Amino acid sequence: MDDIDKKIINALQDGFPICDAPYRRVAMQLELTEQELINRLKALLDNGTLTRFGPLYNAEQMGGALTLAAVKAPKERFDEISDIINAFPEVAHNYARNHELNMWFVIATETPEQIQKTINAIEQQTGLTVYNMPKNQEYFVNLKLEA
Amino acid sequence: MIEARDRQLLEHIQLGLPVCSKPYAEIGRLCDMPETEVIERLTRLKQQGLIKRMGVIVKHRQLGYRANAMVVWNVPDNLIKQLGGHIGRFPFVTLCYQRPKQPEWPYNLYCMIHGKDRATVLKQLEQLVDACGLSSFDQEILFSKRCFKQRGAVYKNTAVTHG
Repeated sequence: MDDIDKKIINALQDGFPICDAPYRRVAMQLELTEQELINRLKALLDNGTLTRFGPLYNAEQMGGALTLAAVKAPKERFDEISDIINAFPEVAHNYARNHELNMWFVIATETPEQIQKTINAIEQQTGLTVYNMPKNQEYFVNLKLEA
Repeated sequence: MIEARDRQLLEHIQLGLPVCSKPYAEIGRLCDMPETEVIERLTRLKQQGLIKRMGVIVKHRQLGYRANAMVVWNVPDNLIKQLGGHIGRFPFVTLCYQRPKQPEWPYNLYCMIHGKDRATVLKQLEQLVDACGLSSFDQEILFSKRCFKQRGAVYKNTAVTHG
């Protein structure tokens, strides 16, 4: 990743135009040719630097639901538990963290009712208590990270 | 409810925009919609907030952000809104939420700090605690150790943020 790639990532985290020739417009702002922007963006997607290039939807407005959940996975069962939890398509993120509650994951479902169903299924399959910590209030979200 | 034509469009772009000179025309071809209609519908969906943002989703570890701390506090209910607002004004904070307390987990205010290394994150946290007057509240710092899974949440056919 060189400075031009960084410039592209930073610019595209701020948004992407919805118009007939959006890459040309972004390329002009970055003083690149349209083809160069397209080639570099493809390479960044292919080599895994970028997860995805497209829309981010608002879960609640889509009719869906999200929650943050955690379990206390015993050390000797850690890999088994993470395999069970990651196998759920409803689990979007899963992180090991340094605490007794050592596995933290986000559950995203199409309807609010499915959150509880997913939690019940995880409890049943793991035999662990799932701590459910849905959002009460959002104070700040900024997912932009300077490349 | 979301209109059927909008839903069709959202499903087609969820996994990514085409990387070619006329991406919206390309989506139109897939959905059997003229390019102008694709542009009009997406512009409206963005204005309505259903599309939060169009652009790249980065893997923060790939950009060198290896230290990711979730910091939690137990703060009185009557102070939480003010504290949440204050915390969100720090440039290194990526998320700040109120969540319900649990049995054996008495925390209600959550914030995330993404940084290149732990020492930097801890220094930023110290600055935050001082400036917001958080030092008298119970606090825990949970650094991420391993990322097992990171993807945009997929709603049957549609991706969403964890917002």
